[in-house]
Amino acid sequence: MTPLMQAVSTTAFLRGFLVSGLLALAACGDNDGDFGRSPEQRPQPVELVLLESGQPDPAVLAREQIVRRGNGEEPETLDPHLALGMPASHILRDLFEGLTSESVDGDLVPGVALRWNISRDARTYTFYLHRDLVWSNGDPLTAEDFVYSLRRALDPETASSAARTLMPILNAREVLAGEVPVEELAISLLDEHTMQITLTGPTPYFLELLASPVAYPVNRRNVEELGSQFSKTARLVSNGAYVLVDWKPRTLIELQKNPRFREAGQTIMERVIYIPTEDRATEVKQFRAGELDWTNEVPNNQFKWLQSHYPDELVVSPWMGSYFFGFNLTQEPFIDNPSLRMALILSIDRSIITDKVTQFGEMPSFALVPPGIDGYVPFSPEYTDWSQGDRNHEARRLYEQAGYSEENPLRIEIRYNTSDNNKKIALAIASMWKQTLGVNATLVNEEFRVFLQNREQKVITQVFRAGWISDYNDPYSFLELFRTGHARNDYGYSNTTFDALLDEVGTERVRARRERLMFEAERVLISDHVIIPVFTYVTKRLVNPHLKGWQNNVMDHHPSRFMFMLKSLEPETPGETQ
Amino acid sequence: MRQEGVMHHAVVRLLGLVPTLLVLITIAFFLIRMAPGGPFDGEKILPAEIRANLDANYHLDEPLVQQYFRYLGQILTGDFGPSFQYKDWTVNELIAQGFPVSATLGGLAMLAAFILGTLIGTVAALRQNSATDYSIMGVAMLGISIPNFVIAPLLILVLAVYAGWLPAGGWDWSWQRMVLPVITLALPVVAYIARLTRGSMIEVLHSNYIRTARAKGLPESLVIRRHAFKPAILPVISYMGPATAALITGSVVIERIYSIPGLGSYFVQGALNRDYTLVMGVVIFYGVVIVVLNFIVDLLYAWLNPRIRYDETQ
Repeated sequence: MTPLMQAVSTTAFLRGFLVSGLLALAACGDNDGDFGRSPEQRPQPVELVLLESGQPDPAVLAREQIVRRGNGEEPETLDPHLALGMPASHILRDLFEGLTSESVDGDLVPGVALRWNISRDARTYTFYLHRDLVWSNGDPLTAEDFVYSLRRALDPETASSAARTLMPILNAREVLAGEVPVEELAISLLDEHTMQITLTGPTPYFLELLASPVAYPVNRRNVEELGSQFSKTARLVSNGAYVLVDWKPRTLIELQKNPRFREAGQTIMERVIYIPTEDRATEVKQFRAGELDWTNEVPNNQFKWLQSHYPDELVVSPWMGSYFFGFNLTQEPFIDNPSLRMALILSIDRSIITDKVTQFGEMPSFALVPPGIDGYVPFSPEYTDWSQGDRNHEARRLYEQAGYSEENPLRIEIRYNTSDNNKKIALAIASMWKQTLGVNATLVNEEFRVFLQNREQKVITQVFRAGWISDYNDPYSFLELFRTGHARNDYGYSNTTFDALLDEVGTERVRARRERLMFEAERVLISDHVIIPVFTYVTKRLVNPHLKGWQNNVMDHHPSRFMFMLKSLEPETPGETQ
Repeated sequence: MRQEGVMHHAVVRLLGLVPTLLVLITIAFFLIRMAPGGPFDGEKILPAEIRANLDANYHLDEPLVQQYFRYLGQILTGDFGPSFQYKDWTVNELIAQGFPVSATLGGLAMLAAFILGTLIGTVAALRQNSATDYSIMGVAMLGISIPNFVIAPLLILVLAVYAGWLPAGGWDWSWQRMVLPVITLALPVVAYIARLTRGSMIEVLHSNYIRTARAKGLPESLVIRRHAFKPAILPVISYMGPATAALITGSVVIERIYSIPGLGSYFVQGALNRDYTLVMGVVIFYGVVIVVLNFIVDLLYAWLNPRIRYDETQ
């Protein structure tokens, strides 16, 4: 046997193979399962009755409080300080709780911190923690845990990509760069239940950042005892509404209610099973077969069908993401050519794209920031209210003004990362440009990382797919992408007025003034014709009508602790169902 | 003497594994690193300080040649390293969890395909150019031509969603969850094996020793079982080596559609995520499986075919 064969432990495989075969045989016969409820036999939930406390009446609850949630790709890790993707953060929100937390509708609420003070210069935050909180293993949860955890997240040794979220903290950059020791981080312990965090500059969305996984506490003893293995077994110690029971990679992640959680008394859902669903079509079939109560998504091309067959289950809601295309402003033909860019922006009929192509009730958009973010009303250019005929008319005028005509048409490439949806949208846009202006557009699709690299290099890109889904509930997250020199400014956009406005946004404390500044910045950006807005995203999923307690929100955050399962209606005439 | 020949052959083949794998590792190592973008490139670009920490953590800041020799040294100790993407797991753990699943499904599929394929191939050969032959081969051709990403969703829709007899997806080692993936995996292989068996069976049935056997007055069933079957499945056996390797290391299509935690997705996910260690791990593993299975095929060949013996003295 070669060393290589030993490397992957052949015997272990053989054993696994045999055991699995035997298990498979052993499993024969039992488990004829509850899968296989045909649509006609779908049971209906009883009507929800709330008590005065706002909690549901126990009489309407199902006996077994368990929810099975489709969760997209396999989460990359359950170490809150390393996790990046949405699949992991859905689960981590159930397992942990930060200083701040989110309510059922996604608004910011106190979490482990009972309350906080913000200094006059908006740079120093003092947090007062609940006094009697414990970890899932019974250890007391104190401010020291947060100091340890925030330091761990920013420690160069941890090598966390998510740590970027914490960079507003004073000295965070220097700590990450290894220039100063991690103790220099501007986080201090005032007493067992009080702590202070100082920031480099005012950061209005800092409290929201603290509700994200990278700012969650981890149990020091747990981490030091198990090292990098701490987050993958039932030995994970957490402080949230649930504890980890089991993680079988790409099979399931099972959580159980944490009786020591701060609000365990109000938590009804007992067990949560997250099931990875890489394929959307399969996910829908699993839902239809009764194997899931909640899907992560649904395929774009099934909307009409689902709408007519699963009207009670299909849930569509605005999300804080924008889908747009960008111009490369550093190369021909778009460099110094606002008329041409404007012509291309105007000549797209967005309602056709959302009604006929994407079909999911996305909202056509002419600006950058999606509506519904923290009370902000996005800028709306004058042509928003024009008819498409008027827009096309103006587009043709600008196109000719830019020096193009039927004999001398514009030839450009529309570049996107490979996906059916991107392809359909790009195709629709190309044909609209062709029809209205006579533009010869070619579609170029690239694998994601190749695409990102080309965008960044700004050499061969002309028009390219862009888009942004925000990490936190603040329009700034969208606007900062267009700042001069921002790493994701693949447009090569640079406008000193815009940059100055963003600087002001960064230091402005008064909410109304800050919103006005952001509005002004968005106006400058849109008037410079840097992007081709197309639509704002929606979340779309199937939800078991028995599952209640959750609410739609722009963040698309749905902690399981607010959920509960209603019991089914008894069939009215039992005789008939026999 | 013959036993020694086989042993000698085995040793030579296993030694031959080493340069083969070395070439494989080298090509794969540099190829995946030549692909544009790295494991930490995403739509949200990392600050330089964080990027530097990540590179240092995974030794990506070293010269490529140094990384290569570091990697060689590491795999000699049997360690494929941590996955870049699935940060809580090592590549060894991921393979150890994925392979039993893929191997079970692939093994069952191959077993079913072999039994069914040789059976209907033989039947078709015995009824050469009859209606039975044409219909069997027609169905087999269909089995080869219809891609599994069409068959799989159809099976789910009919048997899971409408009939409710089987689960639509997911994994827990129960037989119900194996039925559909095994059928989907086996179908094209059944068809292929049937065609191979039919072709070579027809050829064997026309050979002299079969004529002799028949002339001796042996019953037809005995002629087929004792004299024709073994030589007739030789091409099937040589096809089965690489085919089994492909089946038991998992299929990304099957795994996605049925939500199965097998090994196949790691090839594709690993490559798309530029998860260098995971890609290398599964490539090496796959290489070893292919070489070992080809070796087993050789042994089977020698056993089945008296004209091939690893006997140096002959």
